[in-house]
Amino acid sequence: MSKNSSYWTSNLRLVGLCLVIWFVVSYLFGIILVEPLNSIKIGGYKLGFWFAQQGSIYTFIALIFFYAKRMGKLDKEHNVHEDDE
Amino acid sequence: MTLQTTTYLIVGFTFSIYIGIAIWARASTTKDFYVAGGHIHPVANGMATAADWMSAASFISMAGLIAFMGYGGSVFLMGWTGGYVLLAMLLAPYLRKFGKFTVPEFIGERYYSKAARIVAVICLIVASVTYVIGQMKGIGVAFSRFLEVDYDVGLMIGMGIVFIYAVMGGMKGITYTQIAQYCVLILAYTIPAIFISLNLTGNPIPQLGLGSTMVGTDVFLLDRLDLVLRDLGFLEYTTNVRLSTTNMFMYTLSLMIGTAGLPHVIIRFFTVPKVKDARSSAGWALVFIAILYTTAPSVAAMARLNLIETVNKPDGTQLVYAERPTWIMKWEETGLLAFDDKNGDGEIVYSADAETNEMTKVDRDIMVLANPEIAGLPNWVIALVAAGGLAAALSTAAGLLLAISSAISHDLLKGVFKPDVTEQQELMASRVAMAGAIMLAGYLGFNPPDFAAGTVALAFGLAASSIFPALMLGIFYKRMNKEGAIAGMIAGLGVTLLYVFQHKGIMFIASTSYMGDMPQNWFFGIEPNAFGAVGAMFNFAVAFAVAKMTAPPPQEIIELVEHIRVPSGANAPISH
Repeated sequence: MSKNSSYWTSNLRLVGLCLVIWFVVSYLFGIILVEPLNSIKIGGYKLGFWFAQQGSIYTFIALIFFYAKRMGKLDKEHNVHEDDE
Repeated sequence: MTLQTTTYLIVGFTFSIYIGIAIWARASTTKDFYVAGGHIHPVANGMATAADWMSAASFISMAGLIAFMGYGGSVFLMGWTGGYVLLAMLLAPYLRKFGKFTVPEFIGERYYSKAARIVAVICLIVASVTYVIGQMKGIGVAFSRFLEVDYDVGLMIGMGIVFIYAVMGGMKGITYTQIAQYCVLILAYTIPAIFISLNLTGNPIPQLGLGSTMVGTDVFLLDRLDLVLRDLGFLEYTTNVRLSTTNMFMYTLSLMIGTAGLPHVIIRFFTVPKVKDARSSAGWALVFIAILYTTAPSVAAMARLNLIETVNKPDGTQLVYAERPTWIMKWEETGLLAFDDKNGDGEIVYSADAETNEMTKVDRDIMVLANPEIAGLPNWVIALVAAGGLAAALSTAAGLLLAISSAISHDLLKGVFKPDVTEQQELMASRVAMAGAIMLAGYLGFNPPDFAAGTVALAFGLAASSIFPALMLGIFYKRMNKEGAIAGMIAGLGVTLLYVFQHKGIMFIASTSYMGDMPQNWFFGIEPNAFGAVGAMFNFAVAFAVAKMTAPPPQEIIELVEHIRVPSGANAPISH
């Protein structure tokens, strides 16, 4: 079981990292820090507003694919991946 | 060709595709019926999930809400997408590994308790039935407005179509129709958006157009919108906070947790072949959802600006009522748009000041539906929007109906009352349950209960406060036992219902609201729709406390949790 427990710990660390980024782009940049960020502009977008209505969503997509890729690697390293049929 | 004929042609064409798919994708086993045989490609499942998820509310109402809420509308954009991150990392792969057919089935086995399974079935049915009423209304309204048939007749046609492909094909038929419906709805949403973005900013990509300058000027579109709104006495578009920062935070969190806990979305991930497919499929689902969700803010801001500048023209003159465009007359007939020339000068003024404002009613749903007409787009685009609205409502209704019927035939009939049914009997029962669920949804569509308006909030509140915590704890906390899980679900559900009912009325009958729907009475200024996250915290806290005080789960449950935590050894979904 020790083999699987190190797999699980690595998994939790990865999920933790992803959820920190998830929190930062939406709750922190999009809501809590929206006012100070709005003083920066990219094109016509105020930065805080952009994170709330665009940037957070793009980051979410990147996060899920990053997670899926890293987990696929973890599965192989710990030899717990599914058999290829 | 008239608009009417074009609409009939396009809607008729999409409907014949759905029926064609139904005939091709019949279900012959319970595995086909519940999880489409378990071999849907992750990208295809992502597309079907996107259609399953994006309802009439996403398609028709969301951009309108954002148009009037401005920055505050971000809660819907972040809330309804961020939930997929939680789903991909905390639930979908493990539930897929578990390899069964329904959400209550997992809860029942993980918490070794039929009672837990029944509580989960109740939460699922209440959440899904309330949600399906909105879809049925959407179908009736889309038919009556675009095809000019009666609301009731429209609803009957919609029910008939869902009946054919959902009863025959179950999850298999639903999956392939949802893929077709996604294509219809995303074209219908993006084509008008591209035209409008081109008109206003010269940039064909709406996501970039929103950050660009207006055609022929060096003024940014969002700056222009802020300025125009400020001049009229409204709050600025880009900084208009929804009540308070705390409220926006909790609202977003509630929608995210609720999204991840909605059973009709979760069961879509049971249809992919492998655990690793469940992870990537959530990413694909979000890609397909994001195409609409990142376009919506552009549609919202541009439609608002177009609407204002139709009335208060940029050259400083006002709209002369007698010379109003035909799309205004059409929407006036529906009662969704109304004017009152208060000073009798024949001109219309739009302003934040109720005394002088002469555009007395603008229903938010108009913003998407009238968008192509406002921009003067050809008839086929308007017809396509009608087909898109119907596709959005039908695809979500079918997904919800499947979640309801499988809870009845698989969890209640096979799981609790008659475990010895044969495969063929269960397949028959699931078809009968599906037909029954369609009848019930149709009945509620014909006679929408008083609480219909508040129901989507209730569905999210229930999913967030009961289902999500039970699932997450079941995977991430081995020590969680049946006492903790059941107490947690009931506490989360109870607190959420109490809060919603005390402000919105018992079963949403306003007169029974014993605390009044007033911000002063709100807990930390959190509006009832945003309370699901607080309910979820209650659930977690109660579950931990009760689990600490009661006996740990049996050894075989600990082994089950260890088994679902690793991908290897997964089978295709099996019935036990």
